Amino acid sequence: MAALNGTSTVIQLDQVNKWYGQFHVLTDINLQVKQGEKIVICGPSGSGKSTLIRCINRLEEHQAGSIVVSVDGKSIELSNDVKNVEAIRKEVGMVFQSFNLFPHLTILDNLTLAPIWVKKMPKKEAEEIAMSLLHRVRIPEQANKYPGQLSGGQQQRVAIARALCMRPQIMLFDEPTSALDPEMVKEVLDVMIELAREGMTMLVVTHEMGFARSVADRVIFMDRGEIVEEGPPKEFFANPRNERTRTFLSQILHH
Amino acid sequence: MSQATEAGPATPRPAALPPVVDAGALGWIRKNLFSSWGNAITTVLLIAFIVWLGSFLLNWAVLKATFSAESGKECVGTGGACWAIIGAKLRYIFFGSFPYDQHWRPLFAIVTMLGMLVLSCDRRMWNAGRLAIIWGIGTVITFMLMFGQIHIPVTLVSAIIFVASLAATLFRRTVADNTERTVYTAVTVLSGIYLILRVLGVLPSYSVPIVLFSYVETGSWGGLAVTMILATYGLAFAFPYGILLALGRRSNLPLIRGLCIGFIELIRGVPLISLLIMASVMLPLFLPSGTSIDKFLRAQVAVILFAGAYIAEIVRGGLQALPKGQFEAADAMGLNYVQRTTLIVLPQALRVVIPPLINTFIGFFKDTSLVLIIGIFDFLKTASQALVDPLWTGFPGEIYLFAAAVYFCFCFSMSRYSKYLEHELNKGTRR
Repeated sequence: MAALNGTSTVIQLDQVNKWYGQFHVLTDINLQVKQGEKIVICGPSGSGKSTLIRCINRLEEHQAGSIVVSVDGKSIELSNDVKNVEAIRKEVGMVFQSFNLFPHLTILDNLTLAPIWVKKMPKKEAEEIAMSLLHRVRIPEQANKYPGQLSGGQQQRVAIARALCMRPQIMLFDEPTSALDPEMVKEVLDVMIELAREGMTMLVVTHEMGFARSVADRVIFMDRGEIVEEGPPKEFFANPRNERTRTFLSQILHH
Repeated sequence: MSQATEAGPATPRPAALPPVVDAGALGWIRKNLFSSWGNAITTVLLIAFIVWLGSFLLNWAVLKATFSAESGKECVGTGGACWAIIGAKLRYIFFGSFPYDQHWRPLFAIVTMLGMLVLSCDRRMWNAGRLAIIWGIGTVITFMLMFGQIHIPVTLVSAIIFVASLAATLFRRTVADNTERTVYTAVTVLSGIYLILRVLGVLPSYSVPIVLFSYVETGSWGGLAVTMILATYGLAFAFPYGILLALGRRSNLPLIRGLCIGFIELIRGVPLISLLIMASVMLPLFLPSGTSIDKFLRAQVAVILFAGAYIAEIVRGGLQALPKGQFEAADAMGLNYVQRTTLIVLPQALRVVIPPLINTFIGFFKDTSLVLIIGIFDFLKTASQALVDPLWTGFPGEIYLFAAAVYFCFCFSMSRYSKYLEHELNKGTRR
């Protein structure tokens, strides 16, 4: 994807380190994400891939190194300053493995909550945006139901729409299809592929290698808190350089 | 969603009905009550006992009972209940030693509080503005009726105005237009100047009296109004206070967390009676001589503190039951702490704890009767006091049954409301 060469960097991680107690979860992570780039992060469980993207919107705190998110020409470095954190979260949407929809609110209220309270958007405008997003993820008829009444695939599509409702510059996906029944994976991936085609900057932690092949600009393989290998998907899958990458790929691509 | 099988369009099997097990009332009786000799004998004996007990109660409570009498002597020897004592003592039981000709005042106060409670039970009233109006008006009416007159201290009012306008000046700085800002600033400055002059002693203390009826001090209050005031305002304050304590206990700031834990454990480790006695006997010893805080108010505060600690622990249970993902989703969307707590966390946490919460409310409604220890005449105390009358001695059963029935009405309504609320709030969220 040569088109990305001229565009600006939106996320910059320098020597990021993180420990859980004595356990070193992230070791010297360096990562640059350009505007519009789609990055797939894979690796065995416990390799720190989820922790890595959760550091970007400060759901987890890193202890050393720096994380800078640049939106609309402004660079914000993550620190303990709540103002900075909130500014970044406004621009970075996140989709979780377990959806995390708010069960006491209707689908529509789930979508409009953040725009109304964080962006102070008038309710009517927020609802219009929400409905257009529900059309995009193909479930406008569910707007007045509660999350518990929807299937897993529908819930995850609502979760994507909810994140998009804030008009974020960057989207983080933390294993978005891992908790889904197999027949529902595709409907969620289709929405994500569509989003990717529209030029959204995406960081996706997933084991869906088909998605990585068709959408990713770069695939990153992590193991034991380190970035072991990264490259364009073609190269990455055809001839992985590192032994650990080969082992991992042979384990998940066994058929 | 249809699930087609690979085998092709075979005719679908008709849905089988469950086997019939119910064979009518007679079948049920045979199966459950007379399935064996042992069961049959037990059934017959129990039926005989129930009939005997029923006829005894019917005789005592209705057939042989005395419903009106001049004094207790007429009831002696009838072998039935003496309900006449309830009629004779009704006004004392409900209103205590409140001046006799003014009994309509506590009556209307009770009705006002009931109205306030019933209105607040409706979900449509659950926003800050409506609740503030209901409770504001209800409270003024209730205490106007009970006291008969209210003296509003100008200093206190101006202090409240000062704080409110200062807050408005600070928080609406960015959104308000010029006129609005000028008004806020002017009000802040004026009330501030007044307060300074008051503190310096330049201006005398002054209060605006609103006199509608004759003044009745809290010492003369009694009966159901007292129980209801203690319970209603006790829980109305303890509930938000308990929520704050629960949130504080989970705070990341060690000082706040420590204070909340210390307070909760201290209060929970002490019986309510000792707290009440401390409030009534020990507190005045620590206050500078000449100052006095009303005994009723002290008891009310003790009840609030006590209930708050218990409510805090229940709410904490609800907070802990909430999946971590809910907090994370709220954070990831950029909600701040207050928004996250009020929009996401509390609505879900409180829903989970409705049954134990109402359980505590019911417990506290009954626990308010402990204030009789420090000489406050609540409903139970006036009821038992009614027995002291020499004309009517010897009928404690009737009086206490009546008191129990009144308590039961309140507690059972709360219990039903809890059930309704659970159902109502879980509408649609169930699968």
